[in-house]
Order: sequence, then C-alpha cells, then structure tokens
Amino acid sequence: MSIFVDETTKVIYQGLTGSQGSYYGRLNKEYGTQVVAGTHPKKAGTDVNGVPIYANVAEAVEATGATASCIFIPAAGVRGAVMEAAEGGVKFVVAVTEGVPAHDEAIFYNQLKRDYPDVQLLGPNCPGIISPGKCNIGITAGHIAKPGGPVGIVSRSGTLTYQALYELKQKDIGVTTCVGIGGDPVPGTSFIDCLEAFEADSETKAIMMIGEIGGSAEEEAAEYIKDNVTKPVSSYIAGVTAPPGKKMGHAGAIVSGGKGTAKAKMEALEAAGVRVGNNPTEAGELMAEIVASL
Amino acid sequence: MDLFEYQGKQFFAEYGMPTSPGKIAFTIEEAIQAAEELGTPVMVKAQVHTGGRGKAGGVKFAATIEDVREHATNIVGLDIKGHTVGRVWIEKASDIAEEYYASFTLDRSAKKHLGMLSKEGGVEIETVAEENPDAIAKIWVDPVDGLSEEQCKAWVEAANLPSEAFGGTVDILMKLYEAYTEGDADLVEINPLILTPEGKVHVLDAKVTLDGNSVFRHKSYEQYDETQTRDERETAAHAKGLQYVGLEGSVGVIANGAGLAMSTVDVINQVGGKPANFLDIGGGANADVMAGALEVINNDPNVKAIFINIFGGITRGEEVANGILEAMKRVAIESPIVIRLDGTNADEGRAILEPNLSDKLLMETTMLDAARTAVQLAQ
Repeated sequence: MSIFVDETTKVIYQGLTGSQGSYYGRLNKEYGTQVVAGTHPKKAGTDVNGVPIYANVAEAVEATGATASCIFIPAAGVRGAVMEAAEGGVKFVVAVTEGVPAHDEAIFYNQLKRDYPDVQLLGPNCPGIISPGKCNIGITAGHIAKPGGPVGIVSRSGTLTYQALYELKQKDIGVTTCVGIGGDPVPGTSFIDCLEAFEADSETKAIMMIGEIGGSAEEEAAEYIKDNVTKPVSSYIAGVTAPPGKKMGHAGAIVSGGKGTAKAKMEALEAAGVRVGNNPTEAGELMAEIVASL
Repeated sequence: MDLFEYQGKQFFAEYGMPTSPGKIAFTIEEAIQAAEELGTPVMVKAQVHTGGRGKAGGVKFAATIEDVREHATNIVGLDIKGHTVGRVWIEKASDIAEEYYASFTLDRSAKKHLGMLSKEGGVEIETVAEENPDAIAKIWVDPVDGLSEEQCKAWVEAANLPSEAFGGTVDILMKLYEAYTEGDADLVEINPLILTPEGKVHVLDAKVTLDGNSVFRHKSYEQYDETQTRDERETAAHAKGLQYVGLEGSVGVIANGAGLAMSTVDVINQVGGKPANFLDIGGGANADVMAGALEVINNDPNVKAIFINIFGGITRGEEVANGILEAMKRVAIESPIVIRLDGTNADEGRAILEPNLSDKLLMETTMLDAARTAVQLAQ
C-alpha cells in the first residue's frame, strides 16, 4: 500500500501548457502516473503531448474523473489555482510552485480547512509526492526510488528527500510513499498528517522524517510520535550550524528569537524515541539498521 | 526584507497611522539641516537592521542644534552589533506619558495571524513574555475573516490600557492589521506605541519585515532591495540571483538545493572545519549557474578550499560534470576543489571528471569524505 496517491490516482496538471508543467507532466506520465488532463482558460480543446486541455479543473474532473491535481502555475496565480482545484472537485492538490506569498498561503490553508475539509493540499514549494512504482506527482526523479516498502518518508527539503530515497535504494530498501511537504511557513500537509497516514498504512513498517531549522513543526511531530506512532522512526534535521537570523534558502528555514534551532528539534525527537542521525548518510544507516531488525 | 525604522514609519503612514515628522540624514551636516528644518528638540536615531540601538548609544535626545551635532557625530559610523550606522533619522521629539507594545506576525503552529498587545512597552517583548507573560494580550486572527473592530476592541480591553488610550489604540491596531495583510508583511511591530500627555496614541518606533515573495504585487518594494544589509559577497551573489549566505570560515560551499546546502555546511562543521558560506544553486547545476557560483566563492579572500556537493535528481550526472568542467574553464579558480557527485548517472558523471582530476580538482564518493578532504585542504 501507499499513502495519499497510488496507481489509480488520476491527475490534472494546472499549468501543463507552461514549460515546467509540460516537462514534469511528461516525466510523470512516463513514470506511469495517470496524467489525464491539463487546464488553461484559453486553450481548452488542445492537447500537450497527447494530454487533453480543459478550460478549468471542474470541466477536467467532469470529463476524466480525476481526483488529484498538480499546480505548476506562477506564484501570483497559486492562490486562485488552489481554490479552483478544490472547487473543481479534486481531493488531493500538489502545489509545486515556489515563491508564494505567506499571506496567500495563510488564506488558502484556512479557506480549505473551513470550506473543503476533505481536500488535502501538499505544498506549496514542495517537490511533490511519489509512491514508487505507482504514481509520481511533481519533480522527484522517479528512478532513484525503489518500489515496495517498508519505509515511508516525509521531508521538508527537496534534495535531501532525493538523497534519502537514493541512500535507501543503494541499500536495497524500498519505499511505500515519499512525501515532500516543502519548506514554506504554511505547508498544506504537515509532518503529523503524514505520520498519521504512515502509521495507518499496513505496508509501511518504519518512517524516515527529514526536517530543517525554523518553526516548530518538528517539535510538534515529536509530541505526536510519542503519543501516536508505534512504528520506528529515524530522522535528520538540517541546519545544526545555521546562524540565527539568516534565511537558509527556504522561506521557513530561519532561526529567529532563539526558536526553531536544530538542536531543540533533535532533542525533542530523541525524547520521543526517534533515532536521529547527524547527517543524511547517518540517518540512512540508522534506517537500514531499523529495517534489518524488523 | 527588513525595513529601516524610517521606512517602516513611512510605510505605516501610508496606512493612516500617526507618526512624527522627520527627515533622513546620511551626514552630520544633513542631520543638522534636518533638525533646523524640523525645529528642536529632536531625536537622533541610528538606522540599522538590528535591535538594541538605544543601549549601544544609537538613539539620543537633542535639545539644541549643538546637541544634534554632537550626537550625529557620535552615531554616524557607529558599530551596533556588527552593523555600521550609515544614516540617521532626525525626528521631532515627543512627550511620553506611557509606552505600549503592539505587533502582528504569523503563528506558524496555529496557521493564524497572531496579534500581541502589551501595556509594558519600550522594552523587548521577549523580556516581558518571560517576566510577566500576563501583561501580553494575544489575539489569533483568521486570515480569511480578517480582524473585526469588535474583536479588536475586546483585545484592547484585555490589555488593560487606560481608558484615554482606548480609542486611539483600536484605530491604530485596525490600520496596523491592514498594513500587515495588504502590505504582505512577515512582521509589523510598534515598540513603543505611546500615549502622550495630551492623550494621543502615537507610533514612536517601527519594525517591519516584508515578504520578499510578494514583490510581484508591490512594485514599490524594489526600493527596499538596495537597503538590505548584505556583505560584499552577498551583494555579488544576489546580483547573480544566487541563494547565498556569507559565513566566517574557509571552506567555500556550493550545493544544489537548500536542504543539501544546509546539510553541507553542517557536515563541514562536524568534521572540524568552518564553512565560508551557504550557497544553493538550485536543481539544474548547469555551466552558467556553476560559473557564477564559483566566481562569487573565488572572490572571497577567506576561502582556501571549495566543496561542490551535487546530488543529481532529474539533472543527470554527466550534465553536472560537464557543467563543472565548463565553469572551471571560465573562472580562474585559486583554491582546490573537492567534488562529491551522487544520484542519477553519478558513475557517468564521475567518469567525465576522472581524467581532469589533479591536486586542484579532487573527487570523493561520499559527502563525509569530501568534507574531510576539503577541510584538510583548507588548513
């Protein structure tokens, strides 16, 4: 099994006609993802590499029965695109776009919670989600992940996610689903959402969690793990030596007012029984030990 | 983007909040001229992107023009926590009866906007939060609904401000919330918000951080780009569109992806070295971006070795390898380079690099080994 998406997930690409959208839409399709439609208000009736374009998400859903969408729209249009997806009837929305204003994120996050509580948003500013061998939505290089299980991955960082997938593959360890929740201040899907789903997934036997400095999402995840997660968890937190007050690339990755340090996060996770590595390789080795002992 | 106090006040004034008249001065003469135009007494206030200006002697009251000359002489060029004062704000002095604190920022846990109001202003809010947390009235505002006047009144009520400050504070907070949301700010803070002996509520300081991601809908924000605090290296990297943060060490870092770059900085520290920078060149790692990155690092006199840490995802190893070789032809690099290339088609990429290896270009297969080698070379 996998979480959130699998081989039956039909996906609409909002922005499929753009350069990023058409590129990754094609790669996702080649991977085996059911890329069933694209949207563009003025290009309905045309197609991109054989994928039909509809005027909006609602029409694409009606015609294809899609349940998910992936957003490759420039930052200014993401708020509108997220709401269009929810109103159009999809239940899982992946927003890859980076550079979305935090106030827009705060608005559509709360609007979804209130008006479309059954819609799950992933991102913005995330690499997407991959259930290896079944479905890949976003910009992850599919072939670096080994299908199967027993590990589920959730991560705030793109390249470190790839690193984790790759290290596990080198050790011949499979992955049920790998979720990149993204490095923005208001991510649609949290660590806890993923931990809960992995805990409930029978094929996932262990969980790898990759965090970074800034905010308190890792501390909240640690609390959740302590009380609710029975499966073993390994973790890595990037930014142990990041200086306070400097944004390290991601909008959310900043230590401010002494809060959000890697040290505090690592201690919270360790206190919750998580095995924490000092670098991505060590976290991979810890996971290999966990898998060997399953 | 951090605004100077005077920029913050001008920003607040656009939303109708009451601020004091003032002028910006870059020299002592300009400061005196500004004071003459405004009329003494005035405040002479250092404009830097850091707190603790008062303690450092960067904020002074000047009763006369002579005082202005003396204070401006001391403050212009003053170092405050590593920030050199390049400009001072000359502002008409205000009489103060009471000092309050007000701010809005995003509560990332609650995913709501958090407003804080305290009648104990003028000191750092962290201190109040620690010593007397009950003195801070908090409000969580749903970003979809916004702040209603009714909510705002209840909030000000909860802060126990004196009745004569009530109306003026509600008015300012409503405008502050508007400035915060419509202006796409990460933080708006007034400390102190003052009550004058005449019973007027007034903005006496302004701390504003704007969301750099919102510039597409606020064209005027481009003006703030040039007043950001950046060292020479950061300025050069920023001009090339690179995600760069200057650090103090001797190992230059180039990595693709923010997480991997952060992780690279960590690993260098873990093996006993000191990174010179954080630099994320993004997913592609092509020759143009790599050349730009190498140029920035090469111009840093502290750099003694360079660690290029690339994980190929969609980008294949051979493209990365060719990009690095091409970039090295364009930039005359002085320090030795250690490359760690992994991920998609890493073997093919390494095969391309192999014939070019020398004591100036080394390759390691793991991140840890590469970090150790780079650190050794930097010593």
